[in-house]
Amino acid sequence: MPENKIVRIANGQGFWGDSILGPIRLVEEGPLDYLTLDYLAEVTMSIMQKLKGRDPNKGYATDFVSLLDRILPTLVEKDIKVVANAGGVNPQACMEAVLEVMRSHGLEGEKVAIVEGDDILDGIDGLMSSGEEFLNMDTGAPLSSVRERVTSANVYLGAFPIAEALATGARIVITGRGTDPGLVLGPMIHEFGWQPGDDDLLAAGTVAGHIVECGAQCTGGNYTDWRSVPDLARVGYPIIEAEADGSFVITKHEGTGGAVNIDTVCHQLAYEMGDPAAYLTPDVIADFTSFKIEQDGPDRVRVSGVKGAPATSLYKVSMSYSDGWKSVGELTISGPDALEKARLCAAIVWERLAMDGCEYPEEERLEEYVGAGVCHRGIPGAETDAPPEVILRMGVKGPDKAKVSRFGPELVPLVTSGPPGVTGFAGGRPKAAEIIGFWPSLVTKDKIQTTVSVLTA
Amino acid sequence: MPIVSLSQIAAARSGDKGEGSNVGVLAKSDAAYAFLKEALTREAVAAHMSGINRGAVRRYEADNLRLLNFLLEDSLGGGGSASLLTDAQGKTHGLALLRMELDVPEEILSELES
Repeated sequence: MPENKIVRIANGQGFWGDSILGPIRLVEEGPLDYLTLDYLAEVTMSIMQKLKGRDPNKGYATDFVSLLDRILPTLVEKDIKVVANAGGVNPQACMEAVLEVMRSHGLEGEKVAIVEGDDILDGIDGLMSSGEEFLNMDTGAPLSSVRERVTSANVYLGAFPIAEALATGARIVITGRGTDPGLVLGPMIHEFGWQPGDDDLLAAGTVAGHIVECGAQCTGGNYTDWRSVPDLARVGYPIIEAEADGSFVITKHEGTGGAVNIDTVCHQLAYEMGDPAAYLTPDVIADFTSFKIEQDGPDRVRVSGVKGAPATSLYKVSMSYSDGWKSVGELTISGPDALEKARLCAAIVWERLAMDGCEYPEEERLEEYVGAGVCHRGIPGAETDAPPEVILRMGVKGPDKAKVSRFGPELVPLVTSGPPGVTGFAGGRPKAAEIIGFWPSLVTKDKIQTTVSVLTA
Repeated sequence: MPIVSLSQIAAARSGDKGEGSNVGVLAKSDAAYAFLKEALTREAVAAHMSGINRGAVRRYEADNLRLLNFLLEDSLGGGGSASLLTDAQGKTHGLALLRMELDVPEEILSELES
């Protein structure tokens, strides 16, 4: 390994639903060694289990396959590897679909690897009888209170299985649930030969992964001083220039929009942060208070000196369970007297529902007056009594689907039977949707087996 | 000392953490950070955000990032898909905190202006 080897790892997808232009432009507009893509949120796993239940060939991020169809030739031409958690709850089916796309591009001989072992939905009872309690990390409650309603259960795996998958020579590595920073740390482990116990190095890769895991949120997106950020339409997605000693630079391709400076990077370091001195992953405990951060030229930020401590003997587990129903709808009310009329509308809806035997307790109903100060409720100066118009947004929730469903049909009638100036009902009647609850817990690492499989197109 | 909004001397980012949110406050200068470490207490944040957060507030510091991190433990109306709120993920809570008004020493403001 050359002493000054630099590995370029970019993240082109901050969440399922992020712009497809991010990864396309990352592979086209400059040099790159690895492209990582994050498709999974907690709610996604539950949706994917349902899709897989209906069709055994579903349950993964199909967007990923569409993306590969567009970028595969460039990936091969420029020798870029991809690590994506697009496997959802069905990495096997995702691999088959990717192999199919490879063959359609005439790329026989290219390899795809998958990491499995995170999906423990079918193993919960066995693990419980072996002593795993799956107590709720936040409340301490026993799993038995929701056990029969659990719809998905996944372990957050770490980065080492990803490195193992890359060692097979795979062009594409597909995982199920894992930590987001692990998508970035995996390629570093593979390229630099880092080992379990190299805690400062693993922590450095984890910090790098955290910075890029939300895509453009470290390159000028969602940034307080937004006026200072040029050309957000063409925002460059983040690239890590990683080195073997754990130091790295965050940058973006030349000529792209957005900005990379200490401030944009620190914004993302603060995102979804708990105790900055103890950022827990299955690979290491990273200390976000330990390192040095400095500007290293235009749109380049260098991080060095990251410290880490040994990981715990536990994996985090995320289970989802069916937690009742909700229904939300909205109408627009014009002025004059928009807020007063909107309040009357809300009162009418609740009263009509009560007349038909549907009363919703305070904690199971909501009315918001969007435009009068909803996001910053109760903050001095952030609310107004005189908006020129408002969106009346109302919702209910609860365990009884029929009662929740009863709400929707009483919203739209306000157009003709409420005060004047009620419009914006184009979306039709709100419908009841299932609430997915989350059950965070822990499991002993030794009881989880991860496997890596590889196939050739 | 002039009364100015927190946004004059700090930036912020927020997001969801389970049934709560975190707000990271990033001071714009070393002097602003030193001042905020004293002035931006857990209690002051809890009071300012009381219309949004029903739960406890925790506070952490990261000197290397000039970061004060606040966890608002019950600020999302249930969190995840159980929330009925428009901002069910606390994306706007950072800007809400930046609206806080503070007595800020003149020299901190003049240094930031220059």
